[in-house]
Amino acid sequence: MIHSTKGRATLGAALAAVLLTAGCGGSDGDAAADAAPYDPNAPVTLTVGTFGTMDLDNAGLYDEYMKLHPNVTIKQNNITESAEYYKSLQTRLAAGSGLDDIQGLEIGFIADVVRNHGDAFVDFAAEENAEELKGNFYDWKWGQASTEDGKTIGLGTDTGPQAMCYRKDLFQQAGLPTERDQVSELWPTWEAYLDVARQYQGKSSNKFLDSPASIFSSSVYQGETAYNDAEGNPIPEESEGVKTAWGYASTAASEGLTANLEQFGKEWNAAFSNGAFATIACPAWMLGYIKSQLGDAGTGLWDVASLPGTESSGASNWGGSFLGVPKDGKNVEAAKDLAEWLTAPEQQVKTFTEAAHFPSSPQAAADPAVVDATNEYFNNAPTGKIFGESAEAIKRTPIGPYDTQIQEAFTTALTDVASNGTAPDAGFANAVKAAQQAIGG
Amino acid sequence: MTIASQAPAELHGASAASTTTAPGSAPRRRRKSLTENRWGYAYVAPFFLVFAAFSLYPFMYTAWVSLHRTSLSNIDGGTWVGLDNYRNLLQSEFFWNALRNTFTIGILATVPQLCMAIGLAHLLNYKLRGRTFFRTVMLMPYATSIAAATLVFSQLFGRDYGLINTMLEAVGLERIDWQSGTVSSQVAIAVIVTWRWTGYNALIYLAAMQAIPGELYEAAEIDGANKWKQFLHVTVPSLRPTILFTVVVSTIGAVQLFGEPLLFGATNSTSGGSSGQYQTLGLLMYQQGWSNFHIGQAATTAWMMFMIILLIVGINAAISRLRNRAER
Repeated sequence: MIHSTKGRATLGAALAAVLLTAGCGGSDGDAAADAAPYDPNAPVTLTVGTFGTMDLDNAGLYDEYMKLHPNVTIKQNNITESAEYYKSLQTRLAAGSGLDDIQGLEIGFIADVVRNHGDAFVDFAAEENAEELKGNFYDWKWGQASTEDGKTIGLGTDTGPQAMCYRKDLFQQAGLPTERDQVSELWPTWEAYLDVARQYQGKSSNKFLDSPASIFSSSVYQGETAYNDAEGNPIPEESEGVKTAWGYASTAASEGLTANLEQFGKEWNAAFSNGAFATIACPAWMLGYIKSQLGDAGTGLWDVASLPGTESSGASNWGGSFLGVPKDGKNVEAAKDLAEWLTAPEQQVKTFTEAAHFPSSPQAAADPAVVDATNEYFNNAPTGKIFGESAEAIKRTPIGPYDTQIQEAFTTALTDVASNGTAPDAGFANAVKAAQQAIGG
Repeated sequence: MTIASQAPAELHGASAASTTTAPGSAPRRRRKSLTENRWGYAYVAPFFLVFAAFSLYPFMYTAWVSLHRTSLSNIDGGTWVGLDNYRNLLQSEFFWNALRNTFTIGILATVPQLCMAIGLAHLLNYKLRGRTFFRTVMLMPYATSIAAATLVFSQLFGRDYGLINTMLEAVGLERIDWQSGTVSSQVAIAVIVTWRWTGYNALIYLAAMQAIPGELYEAAEIDGANKWKQFLHVTVPSLRPTILFTVVVSTIGAVQLFGEPLLFGATNSTSGGSSGQYQTLGLLMYQQGWSNFHIGQAATTAWMMFMIILLIVGINAAISRLRNRAER
């Protein structure tokens, strides 16, 4: 009998343990409430959640900060795919636990975070040095991380002002000019660019550009609106920017001017070294990508010209990131100091010179180290000047919570137009349906 | 003489006793049998506890979530919408497209796979030199991870630099844009599935074949049946329960098909091709939940998949019962 009660008790304990493990997670967020006064010299370990190649580590910024502040230890948790990073960030926001002291926020999802999780992050616009912080960034960059009622939950790191990269040797073979200024003059507008493409196609066996998405993703941000109205509500069907961009991109797709590769896919990567296309839309960070695909063998193959424009604008931004500080973290004050330091103009200059990420700060962009920068790999192209002029001219296009999904809907439909001969109008309708499916719910 | 070997007999005895004794004494007897068989319960408890925590609870929670309009970052804060998600799903052309694709890819993959598996098992059942080697090789694809296999296949099926297109061109045929066509992409995915599962099913058939008594074959031979007739009239009928089992398991696998179509595309996109031509139900669910972050919709799709599986298994069971009855 004694045996049996003991057995039952063991069983009960095991059951309780399992139920507890199953049911826990998400009730330890109140620790930060009892605020001890902030001591900047107390030993502290800060974690920074990043994705892809934000390159804060590769630019040597953590090491430098830890040298300046011996009491601080910085640990980075990097997730390669930005989409995977965002999924885990969302589940942690939902659970209210497991967040890093500083979280990287990408332009593709910052609007969602601003709108739905603004309260979970420190508001930099309410800081004492808010005016000074704001002055560090392009207006549009600061605006992208701000809520409608004026909270700002992220400080900008890099941006993606755009240019057009082209293969010098392939241009020469096709009898086109090869000097970057002359090349820029070839295509003041996307119409002119398409004309050059047709001309090139007549004289060459490979294709003029990599993918219709190259045109779409860069020209969609050249209009007054991209995927959203001024309030940030998605309007993929009505937006002028989308219609204009679709017009150019679907023309290129249906006329077979592109190699019809899916960007960032396996065949796209392979196509770089096979010389399958002569031009590609180049946000600042794309230069690093091209270099990583071609390696040293590609030195001097590519050059950088300006991006074709639309009626309303020549400049356009693709990509870029922010740093946010979760409010309920254990080391909020220390994390704020680090985030402000990492995104300050001096550090942005270093991220540019060390890792080729273009600054989101006009002061940094005006720094001689940036303005006079040339890229040896790209025939000594004056990248600091080219991207600086582009960044200067970027307007604030409203961003929304579903930009990534909507963009994928349209680029997928462009692939369909190019490979299956779907009529551009039907393709547009399919894209709108897929976008609505992503938005609704 | 272990406790475990006693337990079933005692259990049986106890239940028989409780049905025959008077109602008044039943509770006492039941408690007694509970304590007497405590080790039996203790041994099975871990499975049921883990099952409750990791299968039953998520299962019920998914049902609850499917009745809400909610997002990944705010799962518990959704608004109650009743059966709206189910209604919307049934009206969504994306659902019907995914269902159709799941069905056609399922047929393309399962039918040749099981036919080839029976054939291979039949061959392996002969006394071959190096039999063990062949049997091991058959199981190799099954031991390969889906991701690794699919990545290799999607390179082989590549449009511009794929080996298969290079070979087609070498023998004077047209290159095929495997990913973008509906039929071509589904055939390619079915090839991956077939490659992976044929050997596994062949081994199951082989095991069942070895249990068929040799006398049946001898008798058939005396009656003048050749090898093909023997296969048709001895092997296949004896395998019927095994075939039913593999059909059910393969069908469940086909309804849940996910990894192959996800990794087959160039960019691991959840849209399943440029016009959704190979988006399966599993992929649609993943797109709803983890690309578009509509967890309520994804939970709804998950439950629809579950009900479709129940339906198919039910039909299977009904057919086999009817056949059994007809034979009796």
